[in-house]
Amino acid sequence: MAGVAVSTTINGDSVEFLCQPDETLLDVLRDRLGLTGAKEGCGTGDCGACSVILDDRLVCSCLVLGAETEGRRVETIEGMAHGDTLHPLQQKFLEHAALQCGICTPGFLIAAKDLLAKNPDPTEEEIRFGLAGNLCRCTGYDKIVRAVQDAAIVMKGA
Amino acid sequence: MNFDPRFSGRKFTSVGTRPIRPDGVDKVTGRARYGADFNMAGQLVGRILRSPHAHARIIKIDTSKAEKLAGVKAVITAADLPDLTNGDAAMYDVLDNCMARTKALYDGHAVAAVAAIDARTARQALKLIEVEYELLPHVTDVDEAAKHKAPLINDAIFTEGLEEKPVKPSNVTKRSQFGHGDVHQGFGQADFIVERSFKTEQTHQGYIEPHACVANFSSDGTADLWVCTQGHFVYRQHCAQLLGMEASKLRVTSSEIGGGFGGKTHVWAEPVALALSRKAGRPVKLVMTRDEVFRASGPTSATSIDVKIGARKDGTITAAEATLRYSCGPYAGSWAEIGAMTAFACYKLDNVKTVGYEVLVNRPKTAAYRAPSAPMAAFAVESAVDELAKMIGMDPVDFRIKNAAQEGTRSSYGPVYGPIGIGPTLEAVKSHPHMKAPLGENQGRGMACGFWFNFGGQTCTDLNIGMDGSVSLAVGTVDVGGSRASLSLVAAEELGIAYEHVKAVVADTSSLGYNDMTDGSRGTFSSSMATISAARNAIKILRERAAQMWDIAVDDVVWEMGHAVAKGEKHGNLGKLSLKEIAVESGKTGGPIAGHSELVADGAGVSFATHICDIEVDPETGATRVIRYTVVQDAGKAVHPTYVEGQYQGGAAQGIGWALNEEYIYGKDGRLQNPGFLDYRIPVCSDLPMIDTQILEIPNPNHPYGVRGVGETSIVPPLAAIANAVSNAAGVRMTHIPMSPPRILAAIEAEREWSK
Repeated sequence: MAGVAVSTTINGDSVEFLCQPDETLLDVLRDRLGLTGAKEGCGTGDCGACSVILDDRLVCSCLVLGAETEGRRVETIEGMAHGDTLHPLQQKFLEHAALQCGICTPGFLIAAKDLLAKNPDPTEEEIRFGLAGNLCRCTGYDKIVRAVQDAAIVMKGA
Repeated sequence: MNFDPRFSGRKFTSVGTRPIRPDGVDKVTGRARYGADFNMAGQLVGRILRSPHAHARIIKIDTSKAEKLAGVKAVITAADLPDLTNGDAAMYDVLDNCMARTKALYDGHAVAAVAAIDARTARQALKLIEVEYELLPHVTDVDEAAKHKAPLINDAIFTEGLEEKPVKPSNVTKRSQFGHGDVHQGFGQADFIVERSFKTEQTHQGYIEPHACVANFSSDGTADLWVCTQGHFVYRQHCAQLLGMEASKLRVTSSEIGGGFGGKTHVWAEPVALALSRKAGRPVKLVMTRDEVFRASGPTSATSIDVKIGARKDGTITAAEATLRYSCGPYAGSWAEIGAMTAFACYKLDNVKTVGYEVLVNRPKTAAYRAPSAPMAAFAVESAVDELAKMIGMDPVDFRIKNAAQEGTRSSYGPVYGPIGIGPTLEAVKSHPHMKAPLGENQGRGMACGFWFNFGGQTCTDLNIGMDGSVSLAVGTVDVGGSRASLSLVAAEELGIAYEHVKAVVADTSSLGYNDMTDGSRGTFSSSMATISAARNAIKILRERAAQMWDIAVDDVVWEMGHAVAKGEKHGNLGKLSLKEIAVESGKTGGPIAGHSELVADGAGVSFATHICDIEVDPETGATRVIRYTVVQDAGKAVHPTYVEGQYQGGAAQGIGWALNEEYIYGKDGRLQNPGFLDYRIPVCSDLPMIDTQILEIPNPNHPYGVRGVGETSIVPPLAAIANAVSNAAGVRMTHIPMSPPRILAAIEAEREWSK
């Protein structure tokens, strides 16, 4: 199969790549662009570990084709911090120990960022349902929810 | 100087604080490298062909078409992994599980593998491999498999542990028995007896990171393996043995690990990746799909357990007995044996007997899952205990307090307990506000206790002091959930320096002596012991160097709060030398300063927990909701309390999933019907409430700081605690885990029919 030439924007940078027509965005990010922060936990859109934001919409990058990102904007975990300043969500995840193994963490951070962008003052229930598309097997979610609550407070004050 | 591991009751400066973990920033920025995040130049993609049949003889495998496909660099079958196990039956099973030799023993059993230039080519190549199977009758249910007329999975298996060797082979590989006293006599003294049978379904550890490795076999006979594992030294041994290498020629680097929970203690794909790399002469990356993870890795046992407990009117248990049947997959295991040991470990019993039967089934080889085997036994026993308390008319907490094991109690599995936490956790639960929280309609409260042994084992640690006074700590136990933070705290504590000056890493197998894997809740327990030992060895050298700098006798130098201090009036004007001041001069006083430790961490203190939960049951649908959940557990000493809480919460959440929803569902054809996260649904954020925790600290006398393992016990009580809560809410005793809505509804409807 012939490769598809794609021009897109990833974390604010213009990026061009060639990919197969059936290649997922997740595979493009990980295997072609070296952005391994998004993880493949299932490949079927069930675990959320590959979450990225595509034109302001939270998606599982394993369910999006690389070719579909032509002319669009992709935000990944690698673009979340500004230089050496962590995003408040990243900082709060560290402070609350909202990660144990950490494999789900990039996906949770992306999903939480999307959640707070749309709902800056979520209730606990809204956080729980907002993050229900992301699986974590280590934490029982308690500290993740608390970290998001705390980050929301910081971000509102900012 | 011999290391003294006894508890010393010191005051802590660093231990017990909650700093940010050293690997944290990498993990929140996406920089941390897990199993699948590593690549090598010229790397091929490995893929495994798996049996679609539950039980089948492999007549022929024709790989010729696959080998001819452009881009395919190697195709292997069992012939490429010859049997080098030399009579080691357990290792032979590992080998056979990695690549089926004569029979496929479960849906998902590996039969061949390819390495190709890309994933697409590898997938195409798998389709070109022709396998001729002769289908054999299969059995996947633990009770069916134990029957005399069940299809035989291995006709060389004759049940061990019977008084006479059986004349016929069977699927029951072993019988084991524990206990003391005379249960027959004990039941004779009972005023009340509860007797019930229970079942639990098979679950998977459900780590979010699939198994992944990169193998690079060089033509000089050495190899490198990058892999997500709970024990890279164990993987090295197993892979080296299966591939006929000297262990030292294989360097294994453990990547960051995306969850294991016991599931990453066994090799599956790694020997296959190494064999592919050896044949292809190029590095091979092999990553399991989620479907493969479910079908071929993990899972825990399915069980069938009969329990009988008797007590007097005053609430004293007079006898307790259990028969436990645990599925092992198609290979021998000791899962029922562990269940039989743990079943009654919470109680002080004069008469107790447990019998375990290991049962072969056509399912994946059972692997450890967090306190393996204990949750199912606790489910059966703690359900019966609750029922017995109700029968006697006692509060379930008081009934357990009355019968709880204490220091000096002979445990049901043999040893006599030292200081233990079962009584204190029960007392804490009795006075916990959760017990007084109001319950609404259709809501029920349940509680239950749990026990886990905790392991110690072989441990090796290096502590190197840099010339700037900062400390590099190299440990050999894989960090599965924050142990680099806790071990850095321990190094800082012992040396008397700030946490920020310690950097802990997990060293590869060529850089450090052998370490057992991170299992049995041993990571922080054993590596902290080795870290303390290494730090004390370094302090000895620091004192010697200070003595040299001062030109006084080393016996006059003591170590206090991170400083060498000269003792005695004659040295009154010498002041103090900090660790850093000594380190800066080390080049002139004898070279690098380091402390090493190699030890067997004995005396892992046993662990107990008691959980409380409130569940709401919808009587129309059988659906459940977890309203409140509280974990009370003894940590010995919580080194980093936040991560201890995390272990408590995580175990509880896994137990909640197991209790209410998770199960392997096999079709009549013996194929797994739900090998994905959509149909094998683990708890998501909206399924759970906050999980409250209370850490008790009853020091382990066999650890300098009193530390006990904390990782596993938290999954032991939930099945029972939730079953008790559901039973109280629904008004009917639940005996089958998971308590999915259809099972609860069926139980409610059966009760309605019965009471008509």
